[in-house]
Amino acid sequence: MQCQQCKQHTATIHLTEINDGTRQETHLCEACAEQQGLAIKSQIPLNELLSTLLASQGSDKNISQTQTAHTATEQMPPCPSCGMTFQEFRKGGLLGCPNDYEHFGEALKPMIEKSQGGNSTHTGKVPENAPDDSKKQIELLNLRNRLEDAVQSEDYETAAKLRDRIEHLQ
Amino acid sequence: MKLENLSKHVSRWFDGSGPNSDIVISSRIRLARNLAGYEFLPRLTQDGQTEILEKLKEAILSLNVGEETFFIDVAESSLIHQDLMVERHLISKRHAQSKGPRGAIIAAAESFTAMINEEDHLRLQVFKNGLQLNECWEQINAIDDQIEKKVRYAFSPRYGYYTACPTNLGTGIRVSVMLHLPALKMTRQIEKFFNATKDTDLAVRGLFGEGTEAVGDFFQLSNQTTLGMSEKEIIDEFSNSIVPKIIEYESMARDELLRTQKDVLDDKIQRAMGVLKSARLISSQEALFLLSNVRLGVNLGRVKDIDIATVNELFMLTQPAHLQINNEKILEPQQRDIVRAEIIRSKLMEN
Repeated sequence: MQCQQCKQHTATIHLTEINDGTRQETHLCEACAEQQGLAIKSQIPLNELLSTLLASQGSDKNISQTQTAHTATEQMPPCPSCGMTFQEFRKGGLLGCPNDYEHFGEALKPMIEKSQGGNSTHTGKVPENAPDDSKKQIELLNLRNRLEDAVQSEDYETAAKLRDRIEHLQ
Repeated sequence: MKLENLSKHVSRWFDGSGPNSDIVISSRIRLARNLAGYEFLPRLTQDGQTEILEKLKEAILSLNVGEETFFIDVAESSLIHQDLMVERHLISKRHAQSKGPRGAIIAAAESFTAMINEEDHLRLQVFKNGLQLNECWEQINAIDDQIEKKVRYAFSPRYGYYTACPTNLGTGIRVSVMLHLPALKMTRQIEKFFNATKDTDLAVRGLFGEGTEAVGDFFQLSNQTTLGMSEKEIIDEFSNSIVPKIIEYESMARDELLRTQKDVLDDKIQRAMGVLKSARLISSQEALFLLSNVRLGVNLGRVKDIDIATVNELFMLTQPAHLQINNEKILEPQQRDIVRAEIIRSKLMEN
């Protein structure tokens, strides 16, 4: 695809804007995108991207809501288990211990969902030696997700079966 | 088992065979794990790191992974050995360059490695040639099952396997394929490839050489989502829909080149052969770029007297650390360019 601006280079930056329900696509090469103020580094390491994402959460001063959220995370006490503060995490992109996920739970949640395609709960492998309880909980979660899907697609027969299995597990 | 013994031959995952290997060079799956009861690495003391290193080293060396395994103390390794392992994709650049007690367990045929104290306490990876993601998963899952019997992983029902970075949370799985897409590049259709990946939140990176720039038309494609999908779902999406689509695009582009631009194609391939057979100085970037054209030529039957294994061997054995270890001395960049050109010339003339 050619750059819409210079019509010479290959477009590598694809912008989709949705205004009042109308979708507009723009395809630019890197140089033209930069001219338009769309400075995009083509290869950003994940950690860097994450910390930029986190840092930008508070930088937008026009939105009072994010600012409040930002101030709130600034004031969060460090994790009692490892001493990590949220600012440190924001800077380095890595957490200090498993307990941080609980301790910074609310602040982390939107960020996890953003990087995980909207998901916030595990549905994959469970260690064999995990307590029975956690295995059961995962199975319940899986069943509930499937139940939701079944209800949404109006597959009531499957939904009923799933409901019975959930009741049985509980 | 010595690292030097590896440097003479190409890794098995890069031997040029395997399903769909004209386009898919290799498949890789890695799992990120941390031990319960310890801080993650950014908060872990030196003593804690040593403890983890010893614990995991013992547990993993005692496993049966179907091949002989050996331990490398990465912190104590020379720079050149660290670079060699990075060039062979046995450890990451980060692992080579970071500080503190750390190590790697490597299986003799290099299909399996475990990095200890990288970004997480443990990073397991399994490599195979061609498109073999399911086989990678079977092997790595079995190894993970065995380790789990010896140590306790940090895990919660809600978040899954805890990882230092939230982008790995849940399954801790990263599924990658390395692709060679010269025809899509040549026919300026590489956007199709990027568009196909756009909605699937995949990451695209370069493969060989410095930085992450895609030199020589090699691309690495990986999943981003690790939470809220099962390992199987992530792998199936990759092997059943994403990768076949890219293979189809690239194959179509190759057919189109053969049909409509045979002369341009042959010119490109033969020029690359010409330079490689006669250059006296060649940088690794230039070598990658030209070898990529030759690789396409071999795959399309336009170059008959060389096989893919030879081309792949040249890709790997002309990397800086490989060159220096096989020459048994440290070489300045210009000396490397001379030696690289010599190796390529002699290999291509042989055939």
